[in-house]
Amino acid sequence: MDKPFDNKAWLFVLPVFVLVAISAIIPLMTVVNYSVQDTFGNNEFFWAGTEWFSDVLSSDRFRESLVRNLTFSAIILIIEIPLGIAIALCMPRKGVWVSVCLVLMALPLLIPWNVVGTIWQVFGRSDIGLFGKSLSVIGIDFNYGQSWIQSWIIVILMDVWHWTSLVVLLCYSGLVAIPEAYYQAARIDGASKWKVFRYIQLPKMQRVLLIAVLLRFMDSFMIYTEPFVLTGGGPGSTTTFLSIDLVKMAIGQFDLGPAAAMSLIYFLIILLLSWVFYTVMTNFGIDAPDRREGAE
Amino acid sequence: MAYIALDQLAHSYLPNPTRPTDFALRQIDYVWEDGGAYALLGPSGCGKTTLLNIISGLLTPSKGRVLFNDREVTTLTPEERNIAQVFQFPVIYDTMTVAENLAFPLRNRGVDKHEITKRVDEMLETLDLTGKSRRRASNLTADEKQKISLGRGLVRYDVNAILFDEPLTVIDPHMKWQLRTKLKELHEQFEHTMIYVTHDQTEALTFADKVVVMYEGQVVQIGTPEELFDEPAHTFVGYFIGSPGMNIFPGQVARHSVSVAGKELRLQRQYEPETQGVEIGIRPEFVSIVDRREAGVDGMPLEVQAVEDIGRFRIVRGEVDGHKVDALIGEDDIIPESAAAVFDPSRINVYKDSHLVKGQA
Amino acid sequence: MLELVDVVKQVGAQTHISNVSLTLESASLNVLLGPTLSGKTSLMRLMAGLDKPTGGDIRMKGESVLGRSVRNRSVAMVYQQFINYPSFTVYENIASPMRMARHDKKTIDRRVREAADLLKLGEFLDRTPLNLSGGQQQRTALARALVKDAELVLLDEPLANLDYKLREELRDELPRLFARTGAILVYATTEPQEALLLGGSTATMAEGRVTQFGDTIDVYNRPNDLLTAQTFADPPLNTATVRLQGGQLQMDGHAIGSPRESLADGEYSVAIRPHHLSLMETPSHVASLPVHIDSTEITGSETFIHVSTANDSWVVLTHGVQRVHKGDTLTVHLDPSRFYLFDANGDLVQSPVTHARAA
Repeated sequence: MDKPFDNKAWLFVLPVFVLVAISAIIPLMTVVNYSVQDTFGNNEFFWAGTEWFSDVLSSDRFRESLVRNLTFSAIILIIEIPLGIAIALCMPRKGVWVSVCLVLMALPLLIPWNVVGTIWQVFGRSDIGLFGKSLSVIGIDFNYGQSWIQSWIIVILMDVWHWTSLVVLLCYSGLVAIPEAYYQAARIDGASKWKVFRYIQLPKMQRVLLIAVLLRFMDSFMIYTEPFVLTGGGPGSTTTFLSIDLVKMAIGQFDLGPAAAMSLIYFLIILLLSWVFYTVMTNFGIDAPDRREGAE
Repeated sequence: MAYIALDQLAHSYLPNPTRPTDFALRQIDYVWEDGGAYALLGPSGCGKTTLLNIISGLLTPSKGRVLFNDREVTTLTPEERNIAQVFQFPVIYDTMTVAENLAFPLRNRGVDKHEITKRVDEMLETLDLTGKSRRRASNLTADEKQKISLGRGLVRYDVNAILFDEPLTVIDPHMKWQLRTKLKELHEQFEHTMIYVTHDQTEALTFADKVVVMYEGQVVQIGTPEELFDEPAHTFVGYFIGSPGMNIFPGQVARHSVSVAGKELRLQRQYEPETQGVEIGIRPEFVSIVDRREAGVDGMPLEVQAVEDIGRFRIVRGEVDGHKVDALIGEDDIIPESAAAVFDPSRINVYKDSHLVKGQA
Repeated sequence: MLELVDVVKQVGAQTHISNVSLTLESASLNVLLGPTLSGKTSLMRLMAGLDKPTGGDIRMKGESVLGRSVRNRSVAMVYQQFINYPSFTVYENIASPMRMARHDKKTIDRRVREAADLLKLGEFLDRTPLNLSGGQQQRTALARALVKDAELVLLDEPLANLDYKLREELRDELPRLFARTGAILVYATTEPQEALLLGGSTATMAEGRVTQFGDTIDVYNRPNDLLTAQTFADPPLNTATVRLQGGQLQMDGHAIGSPRESLADGEYSVAIRPHHLSLMETPSHVASLPVHIDSTEITGSETFIHVSTANDSWVVLTHGVQRVHKGDTLTVHLDPSRFYLFDANGDLVQSPVTHARAA
């Protein structure tokens, strides 16, 4: 849709350009700059080319963190997407309870992320935390600072608690948009609840599911605040995700070169995987072009 | 196949209805015969969709019973009643092909695979969709999708009744013709009981053997298209059926004549003399326009205000003695300079308090 | 006066509008008639300025308006799906264009009440649109368009979502309402009957092109080509391929008459309106054709008999109730003076004789 041309509109966009330039583009360029240079100190830099990139890609530390991130995101998606869909299906679509449910679902999303980490930190302690204490009462010795399985469990639980609501709200909006006639027709056709889900609800939720998957993937892959507050990356480096590792390197060790290179690699991985998700989901869904019969 | 009986059926959307106007559907007792083609015709809000949903089971009535073949089904769900319904906009399963869409209701009921293939092929043939059987249903045009919706109802041979809720709303006029004819052919072929809801009189009259005209929750008249056309039982039916609708004038009736617009017109039947609340009705098709000099005793001076040319006939809108009159004339007819309207005496209907009075021969 | 000069609209690989040139006079009623997806809405959006054409020019009173945004044009548009501001009352809805144009309170009040009276909304002024019936919601949208006093009023199938009888009522009122303002009225519809009832001029559209533009009844009686004739027919035209040989038209081996003027021998398409076929032989219905009866539809005042000839499916429209049986053979009688004849390219070579008529 082309609208008639009006140059004055560009003036509205100018402040946004300036802000984006200051807060995003310039820092990004700085990172790129650092990633291709090395220093001997005293603020003298020389060109290092792809040296940092190959260093990072071949380092074990990087690969281990990458594997942790991939595993974490996979687990998150496998839990949160189906759980989100299930909860959305149970939510009422009409009546008084609708607003109550929507508010309840929105609450976890409103909490600042570091507060989330702190909540779960306390929650998980076996002396004063409800979760930790209940577990030790049953007889499980819960100390996530010492066992890597337990620290993973608590980090995952925290993320599920924090973010499943987003999936729920997105899926719910998709479900609510389905006209009543589809359900009526399905009843008349004798379809079971499962079939109604598979043939009506799931296809019609496809677009919102795509958004949900992409958002959850990107956010979980980039996760920083919550695990950092909760476990600090430990025990050892078992919950050290790429982002935590990156910060340690850049701010802790002040290795700007490798840190910058790792940032860029990190960014590109997310971009690549998001693109893969997008392509796969749009080509196999209901929006897919008809490839079975010849064009008619 | 089933005949459907409605026993003292009424429905209100309010919890405690007291007055007649609280009811979306006022009391109706009727038997829909097995294999009949019926239409529910009326303006928006008249209760026709409420009635349809009660028959299909999507709505449980607040009063009365629904019986299929003497079996009470009032509280049963649609699948338990074994009916099919076609909605206003096409409802299809997007992820399935055309053939899979048609097979769906049969698979859900555990019908044998070979039987499914046979019936689906037959249905594809009947609906002229054989070439597109393997295409994704979501890629078809609106009328093709509506045919699929229809087909899903028809593949179930044992279905008790097929209900249509304004199914041709999204279809273009040309396609409407074809689909209407197709529906009629399907009715003749399969002989299911079919009930069709619409506000379009052409659809209702061409499809149905009997039309139920509704207004504000009440059934006003049930009759064949000819009965509704020739002898509408209520002035509303006269107005609603026919385009343009019946001409209604206030008047007074004597034994063999009626006085309208200052003239005495003879009637073909005898009536009780009445002066209060009397109206006469005559359809524009039976008002002829002649020259005043040749009009004779029954001619009434007509003031022509507008002529609308619809191609195959023309509508003359005018006034007789201050009352609006519409008349239909053929495409080649000439309207004289000084015109008079003549009412065909055999087609004049007498109404008292809006209800038809049948005279004696 | 609105002029469209060679307007083209392409979206990606598809051409939505191709080479449309139209001149619409002020205080005129213009109907855009065509099936869904023929380009009516695209064309109206171009006229309004909501879309920019890929080629060609649009001029209002001689000046090109292509660069002007919609807000600066004098346009009002009414849609099929009763579009009103849901949180405003009817009064506020109708007042909104005037409030935006910063008219004074007294003028606004007077004109809102005038428009409400004209559209019979007087007693609903303080209700919100969701508490109104469909017909009343559309009347509100129409009132809003009326007070805007625009030079160009676009109505995109405004009555399509309304009841049959409501449609008749509003259709009667619409032209009169807007005629007083002297605006150019453009009305899109898919129904030929509606075009005929509205009158004015009609532009028939098919596949993004305007196939003909002229007085409605002229386009109906003398379509330039077969496509236009078929677009403007409800019930659909009965068509068949015929062969002209030795001055006689042959259809499926039967002689069905002669053309009025001499034409070259060869293949033609004949089109006959359903009501020009008769079940009885009359002085004008001189040719006859045997057909098979497929089905009948009775409306009470008329009967549609669906028949098949050797190669085509036809419809016969007769007055009153005719009871015929499916599967029987029937002889239909044709009146050659009522034929439309189109040559091999689809162009009109003969249209029916129109008999004498008075005003």
